[in-house]
Amino acid sequence: MQAQQISIFLENKAGRLSEVTKILAEAGVNIRALALADTSDFGVLRLIVDDNAKAEDALKKGGFTVKKTPVVAALVNDRPGGLHGILDLLTKAGVNVEYMYAFVAQSGNNAIMIFRFDKIDEAVAVLSASGVEIIDENRLYTM
Amino acid sequence: MIFNIEYETMPREALESIQLRRLQATLSRAYATVPFYRSNFDKTGIKPGDIQSLSDLKHIPFTRKQDLRDNYPFGMFAVPMDNVVRIHASSGTTGQPTVVGYTARDISTWAELMARALTAGGATRDDIIHNAYGYGLFTGGLGIHYGAEKLGASVIPVSGGNTRRQVIIMKDFGPSILTATPSYSLHLAEAAEEMGVSFRDLKFRFGIFGAEPWSENMRKEIEDKLNLKAVDIYGLSEVIGPGVSVECHEAQKGLHLFEDHFIPEIIDPETEEPLPYGETGELVITSITKEAFPVIRYRTRDITSLNPEPCICGRTMVRMTKISGRTDDMLIIRGVNVFPSQIESVLMEIDGVEPHYQLEVDRKDNLDTLTVRVEISDKTFSDEVKELQRLSDTIESNIKETLGVSATVKLAEPKTIARSEGKAARVIDRRKL
Repeated sequence: MQAQQISIFLENKAGRLSEVTKILAEAGVNIRALALADTSDFGVLRLIVDDNAKAEDALKKGGFTVKKTPVVAALVNDRPGGLHGILDLLTKAGVNVEYMYAFVAQSGNNAIMIFRFDKIDEAVAVLSASGVEIIDENRLYTM
Repeated sequence: MIFNIEYETMPREALESIQLRRLQATLSRAYATVPFYRSNFDKTGIKPGDIQSLSDLKHIPFTRKQDLRDNYPFGMFAVPMDNVVRIHASSGTTGQPTVVGYTARDISTWAELMARALTAGGATRDDIIHNAYGYGLFTGGLGIHYGAEKLGASVIPVSGGNTRRQVIIMKDFGPSILTATPSYSLHLAEAAEEMGVSFRDLKFRFGIFGAEPWSENMRKEIEDKLNLKAVDIYGLSEVIGPGVSVECHEAQKGLHLFEDHFIPEIIDPETEEPLPYGETGELVITSITKEAFPVIRYRTRDITSLNPEPCICGRTMVRMTKISGRTDDMLIIRGVNVFPSQIESVLMEIDGVEPHYQLEVDRKDNLDTLTVRVEISDKTFSDEVKELQRLSDTIESNIKETLGVSATVKLAEPKTIARSEGKAARVIDRRKL
């Protein structure tokens, strides 16, 4: 029940982000979700795309350091306390969220959150057992 | 003023006869007591007794920094340890600095040379010397200190760092001579300004600056900002420490090299052939009075030229021009010797780091800064920022620990640092010396 995220190292220099989007556009890869973590010197761009293999190949050819990271896409009730309910479950199970970000699309009345956990298998087990819907990666990439 | 009129103004002919006698004694002793020198001489078939004139010196093989490292720590010592009273060390390759030793007589020789140097720089026994060179394994602090005491001046052993306290001491104690690295002296000037202390109100007359190369422009800036006359002092721990040569404040034109203790040569670093007076090349030094750690034809890697013309100060000792560069890729950062290869070995010890790096040296607020750009690799890249931050923190602290110099690490995208273009591409030195 894991999805793959593509992580890219970027120096904080003008034009680097647009270089990534250009490469992906030319490769015909669609970006489904995106988050950028940055410091004063560098950033890490995290992407969910519709075609991982194509994206990875194109970015590597473009000289970027690319890494695939397993993440979990979970449905979160789009109402007050929706996210808190999930985080509460995880805290009680001793699972840490390294980072998370929102997916572009919605699914009915639910938001989709992308989570990076320290213990991914335990996280998936806890969430599934509590009835939180995890989105299968094939479905995620085409949503 | 001249500290030792007899020697410092000695006619060249008399000086040269002393040099030859002392050289012959040094060579015999080194050959007899230091296995490195014995095998180095034997390889070329030369015996100490073959040296019959100063011009025969050119037949003796060179000694290189690597030879000192190969004999780490005490292999180059020419006396038993019970005769060694002091040990100093310069920064070196990872875990392997260059170690030097001194007998009691060497310490007294060094104090004499430093007393001469301080006097040439304008100091007298009536002066208070603010000594901001670092005390410790580095030869700067203690070298100046012993010379100041030998001269009979009052020395404040303030050492490096704690700049604000230094400004207060300068204000309250009224020192008249400043000894520091040139870059630190400018840093002091700025700190003083921030604290509302003007050097115009301080009592400094002269400053004796060394341990890193500095230009005539920097001299002007220092003299203007610190309201004193600035002279250059030269030395290296392998030879003795500071006090190998010094400018006189009267001329401020070339550094008098104390030839009754050292024989200088200038060679072409490529052909290794000696060059005549006036020509620029690499300085090679032979010590002729040192007991514990004699050096024979030591390649300093410093680029200069020698001028034997008489000086207005009265000294007859040959003068070297200010050091204009290095024949290797050594950098001097805040007085610390740094070789790019040392940074490289620090990087290589960290799992996954590749040897693609670039050193950027700059001078900000008059202090040298070192930035190390390191390419991220597939192995070191993480999707978590804190992991990347940890990587750069590890590199920074390992550099600090191994080299004793602070550096800022910047992680770079792969293949953004030029490959195989030789050492030039490894180092970008933006300091305007």
